[in-house]
Amino acid sequence: MAKSKNHEYVVVTYLFLAMFIALIGYFIYYMVFLSENFINNPYNSLQNLFSEYVVRGDIESADGYTLATTTVDDDGAETRTYPYKDLFAHAVGYTTKGKSGIENQANFLLLRSHSLFTSQLLNDIKGEKSLGDTVVTTLNYKLQQTAYDALGSHDGAVIVMEPSTGKILAMVSKPSFDPNTIDVDWDDIISGENALLVNRATQGKYAPGSVFKILTTLEYYREQGADVSDFSFDCKSYFTYEGKTIHCASDKSHGTENLKEAFANSCNSSFASISLTLNLEQFQKTCDDLLFNQDLPVSFESGQSRFQITADDSSSLVMETGIGQGKTLVSPLHMLLLTSAIDNNGTLMTPYLIDSVKNTYGDAVKSYTPSVWGTLFTSKEASFLEEYMRSVVTDGTGKKLDTEDYTAYGKTGTAQVSDTTDQTNAWFIGYAKNDREADIALAVIVEDSGSGSKYAVPVAKKIFDAYFE
Amino acid sequence: MVHLLVQAAKYLLIFCFLFYTFACFWVFRYRKDVSEQSYIFHLQRVLLYLIQFIANGVLYLTSKNQQILIFYLLQVLLVSLIFIFYHIFYKKASRLVLNNMCMLFTIGLVMLTRLSMDKAYRQYLFLVAGAAIAMLIPVFLQKLSVFRKLTWLYSVVGILSLMAVAVVGTTSYGAKLSISIAGISIQPSEFVKILFVFFIASMLYQKKDIKQVLVTSGVSALFVLALVISKDLGGALLYFVTYLVMIYVATGKMSYFLSGIGAMGLAAFAGAKMFPHVQTRIIAWKDPLSVIDNEGYQVSQSLFGIGTGGWFGLGLNQGMPKKIPVVEKDFIFSAISEEFGGVFAICVILVCASCFIMFMNIAMQMRDSYYKLVALGLATLYAGQVFLTIGGVIKFIPSTGVTLPLISYGGSSLISTMIIIGVIQGLYMRPRTPVVKISETLEKEGEENGKIQEP
Repeated sequence: MAKSKNHEYVVVTYLFLAMFIALIGYFIYYMVFLSENFINNPYNSLQNLFSEYVVRGDIESADGYTLATTTVDDDGAETRTYPYKDLFAHAVGYTTKGKSGIENQANFLLLRSHSLFTSQLLNDIKGEKSLGDTVVTTLNYKLQQTAYDALGSHDGAVIVMEPSTGKILAMVSKPSFDPNTIDVDWDDIISGENALLVNRATQGKYAPGSVFKILTTLEYYREQGADVSDFSFDCKSYFTYEGKTIHCASDKSHGTENLKEAFANSCNSSFASISLTLNLEQFQKTCDDLLFNQDLPVSFESGQSRFQITADDSSSLVMETGIGQGKTLVSPLHMLLLTSAIDNNGTLMTPYLIDSVKNTYGDAVKSYTPSVWGTLFTSKEASFLEEYMRSVVTDGTGKKLDTEDYTAYGKTGTAQVSDTTDQTNAWFIGYAKNDREADIALAVIVEDSGSGSKYAVPVAKKIFDAYFE
Repeated sequence: MVHLLVQAAKYLLIFCFLFYTFACFWVFRYRKDVSEQSYIFHLQRVLLYLIQFIANGVLYLTSKNQQILIFYLLQVLLVSLIFIFYHIFYKKASRLVLNNMCMLFTIGLVMLTRLSMDKAYRQYLFLVAGAAIAMLIPVFLQKLSVFRKLTWLYSVVGILSLMAVAVVGTTSYGAKLSISIAGISIQPSEFVKILFVFFIASMLYQKKDIKQVLVTSGVSALFVLALVISKDLGGALLYFVTYLVMIYVATGKMSYFLSGIGAMGLAAFAGAKMFPHVQTRIIAWKDPLSVIDNEGYQVSQSLFGIGTGGWFGLGLNQGMPKKIPVVEKDFIFSAISEEFGGVFAICVILVCASCFIMFMNIAMQMRDSYYKLVALGLATLYAGQVFLTIGGVIKFIPSTGVTLPLISYGGSSLISTMIIIGVIQGLYMRPRTPVVKISETLEKEGEENGKIQEP
């Protein structure tokens, strides 16, 4: 009798107990699955507590070179040293005067020690610090050095990735700085005009110039489909519409071209005329879907690319935008992601810089696996663009890459820095493959140089040669 | 060496508290075996003293603050006096609730000592006051029978107090919560919630027809509305859930409960549209890291603390819980998890759950339908508050700005929880006397038995 009277009480008891269990369930879920994202967040100042008991671990390149290490002198004073000075400065970063690069991103991993429990205990009793774990990056020393040397005395950036995995193999930004002496040089660095600390490969904002024709071509293809093969244009070295004239590079007249030839020749006149036929609303959507105007899907510092076009814009702006001038600004990293996705049949892999973590004895603690970020192009679009990018190498502005050692694809660009100067930045973005190694993709920008085919393509060639050697 | 001791103490504390928590549930196996129960409760007290000793020892070793030693002795004194008092005067009180109360406020005091010695002292004074009140309450409950007749007094005093806050209250974190009287800041909603439960119980313990339910709902709506006007939405939610649960149990109609939950969903949706500080909290709940510089700062810091602390914690005085804004009040659970560890934190939830089970157990054992409803309402308040606070700081639900009973810093919250426990203890002792008599004289006085069962 009493039981039936308490029926509702029993219901309420179970209801709240279920809520308590859900609470504990979520707590466990957070600890197991979500907490890592929070712990590793650079805003988490608790990370630095660990430096009291752990000597910051090393950072290594994928091919075994030590990129950062901590030395402890007899008094226990620790010094962070970077054996390759300015070579990896932007990618690896620094730890004094704030943190940047991998030093920032992997801060917590470096401050943890997975050495033997007994040795940690022993250290604890002796009052000594344990040795932190080593973070192994995806960076390849050889490619990094090649890219760095290939840029020579020019400012600019090179970024290289393996499209099938998303591993970043090289990341160079020039001018660079020496992280060993950043403390001493700090005032000069921040007062200088060169913006030394900016990682141009990921945060730089450049007019894309002709490399943007990949996007204009894609948009035209999306609107016209197979009809693009009907395209024909008679290039007289310039194209005039409503009082605005667009010139081809070096005022060269390309004669009668189909679309693929216009792409391979990087013919501004044809692309200016194509731009005027595009559905601009649709164009904006295409670019938005291709990671413009948003944060790039990377866990390291990067900048947003900008693309804005509306039906109200003047025809002169539309033509300029179509050939990669106008108001569009992009980062080399962004261009790298687009070209990687084209190589990878339309699928973008999430780019990453940290490959694995091992303890001070070299035993694996953790390794990161490639993950798919999403689809940027249909496989049809990817193979269409690949065919066009191949023609750049076989018949167009990228002929220097035509070799039997590997098959290269790409697009050159010669971007005018602004309307008021003749200064130009040289671009090349593309990828290469052979039967043995995994494909690699890259983006190269050589500031204040000249044409893409003359200044950026040779840099790309040196890197491809070094990789496929 | 100190570091090593702190680390060792960390595991020892977790072990003791795990053992304590286990005992909270193990004891239910021995419902009939009084001596076995007694043994378990004694064991719990030993563990409590041990935890108090280790935790304060670590605090002293890591801070070398001699005040901690004196404060430790004061804590031992308080806990011992409470145990002795109950042993002498309230032998029949629930020892599980008593142990849990002392355990939880001890954890709170340790955490507060670590965060701010000043606040720990103040909390101690509130505890002494709260304990004194809690010890007196059972006497009133036994001597007076007028409580069920004060229906309108509860509602008038309750609503007026809440209105007063809405008018002259001081604003903190977007909500008006407290009023200052003679330099002391009081949070009336903490006390009014008890009146609210007494009000609903008085309304519904006899008549449960539709008219009575409607009147009760109307007056309850005024309580909730007053809280909404003060923008104390966490409080409003807590009151509303308590109302729903009590209406459901009193009438036995699940449909009331479900339509109430539906209405709550709509109200939450409207609230999110209307109040900017609710939107803030919802954004902070969805993705705190994306707005870490503003709305998400508090929850992010809380999650940094809990995550970095890991399962075993960083050790007392080894973390940075002060990075979390209002850590000593709404976010004390994060500080506990950060330094004592996730395992310890889960045990805190389980001990709270065991308190709730005991409250409901008491409600079910009683025969007086008035006090059954009172116990139910208080149990709901308690469980609801635990759920809202902890759920908020671990990002399970949006943070509502409610305190963790017995652990969070704050006089109003602490004393009101002590009153709730005092009432529960009073009720626990109350029905037992007649029940025991009845069972002894069951055959002789069968009629009386029936009478008491259906008042």
